[in-house]
Amino acid sequence: MITEKGLWNRLRLRLLFTGPTLFAFLAVMIIPFLYGIYLTFTNWDGISTTSSLVGFDNYVSVFKDAVFWKSFLLTLKYVFISVALINSVAFLLAYVLTSGLKGQSIFRAGFFIPNLVGGIVLGFVWQFIFSNVLVYVGKELSLPLFSASWLSDPNKAFWTMIIVTVWQYAGYMMVIFVAGLMNVPKDILEAASIDGANLWTTMRKMILPLMVPSFIVCIFLSLQRCFMVYDLNLSLTKGGPFKSTEMVSMHVYEKAFLSRDYGVGQAEAFVLFLLVATITIAQVYFSKKLEVEA
Amino acid sequence: MENKNGTLAWTKFIALLVCLVLFVFPFLMLLVNSFKENKAITSSPLSLPHNFSWENYTNAFGKMEYVSAFTNSVIITVLSVVLISFLSAMTAHYFVRHQTKLNQYTFFLMVAAMIIPFQAIMIPLVKIYGSIGFLDSKWALIYMYIGFGSPLAVFIYHGFVKSIPAELEEAALIDGCTRTQTFFRIVFPVLTPTTVTIAILNVLWIWNDFLLPSLVLIAPVERTLPLSTFYFFGTYTVDYGPLMAGLMLTILPVLIVYLFAQKYIIQGVMQGSIK
Repeated sequence: MITEKGLWNRLRLRLLFTGPTLFAFLAVMIIPFLYGIYLTFTNWDGISTTSSLVGFDNYVSVFKDAVFWKSFLLTLKYVFISVALINSVAFLLAYVLTSGLKGQSIFRAGFFIPNLVGGIVLGFVWQFIFSNVLVYVGKELSLPLFSASWLSDPNKAFWTMIIVTVWQYAGYMMVIFVAGLMNVPKDILEAASIDGANLWTTMRKMILPLMVPSFIVCIFLSLQRCFMVYDLNLSLTKGGPFKSTEMVSMHVYEKAFLSRDYGVGQAEAFVLFLLVATITIAQVYFSKKLEVEA
Repeated sequence: MENKNGTLAWTKFIALLVCLVLFVFPFLMLLVNSFKENKAITSSPLSLPHNFSWENYTNAFGKMEYVSAFTNSVIITVLSVVLISFLSAMTAHYFVRHQTKLNQYTFFLMVAAMIIPFQAIMIPLVKIYGSIGFLDSKWALIYMYIGFGSPLAVFIYHGFVKSIPAELEEAALIDGCTRTQTFFRIVFPVLTPTTVTIAILNVLWIWNDFLLPSLVLIAPVERTLPLSTFYFFGTYTVDYGPLMAGLMLTILPVLIVYLFAQKYIIQGVMQGSIK
């Protein structure tokens, strides 16, 4: 490649091409991230201009904060169930919708619709479904399952979160799986069917191993999104009833912005970051080993 | 054999259709109830509206400050997406064509930063920008979207710029184009399919984003559509009619765009995932 002459010209080019992006990136992500680590060692209350260093006190508070760990465990449970269900439903839909059915692109488009709408709006829509429509159906058909709103029962409210999450993301992951399935070479599937392999064997020995890259992407995306769930949590259950469905993201928000305990809130956010980063990197690292070539 | 396959295909088709109807059922409920009176909604949510009226819509339209919220959302989304695409394409192009150690490390830092969740940054972000008084404006929000959106965009562009032959650009340079002209006349047009992908992924994110605008935008006049929906819902919790209409009003613009751009959106999501 031809290079520019002169130091000034090179510097000007660099500033023009990378300056604005890097400035915004560093000033919005990296500096706050590093400053955030510093904040975890202070006792800033959000209002005063001064704050003092308190060492590891905030981290000690994090480990003593029973509510944080409760919502953390709840989030883990929620993430585990949601990710498993999202990916199974999405894969099944994608598999059926690549089998050459009539109108399959319309179906794909239809299942994608929830992803066009934000979590806040989806949560409100489902709040109406759970607290009005289903209760009405329950009363009319005298089904005890639906006779009271699921949102007022701590255990069922947790499942409403799962149902809506799976409903929301299944269509998105389906699209990624469809892209993967279309890349599975047809000739090897044909060869397998001539050799007498049945559907189950083909699925287990050929399709699933070839789909590992798609699974890596989908599991990565769904892990990240589920761990960070906030909008849906806020609009569907508001963390209730009695804080029983308060996910960790909402807990961090409340700790920092409502209880004005910024140091502890940021320390909890940082602990959350470490765990999510570890889990997602481990997931990608270990599943890369399962990849095969066609 | 033929017949058996036919029946199987039909069973699959019907099963899928039932699934799809169940899938969009919440939206159908919303649509039906948005035309009904409050009493009819609570007493029989499943029935069709008796006397069809737009009253809920006009009501919600006014109370949500719909025009203002919609305009804010459009301005923020369009400007952010355009700037993210341009700036990231330029940066990715520079990184690919100048493979120095510094550029490689910077690129690696951007890719690695994608793993940082927003929640780990929001508290210091609000503190820093609050203390210099750079909050509560569209421009602050757009600037932040560039920061948060550029890593993924640079990453995706980086992969595609590599596939453009450098000779193409050298030819333009020899013919007398400046670097900037070469980029905008030769490189950026070649990158159009990638730009479409990036624009779609970013529109879906920014249009629907809630947490960041809720922290940055404080004055009611600056509210975006998700924010105004949220506050509207919080203020009129029992008035179901206008609430349903309000939600419909929020969903409708996206649905209309989806109707026309459906193919590109699905493709954009597909392309965006193959990194």
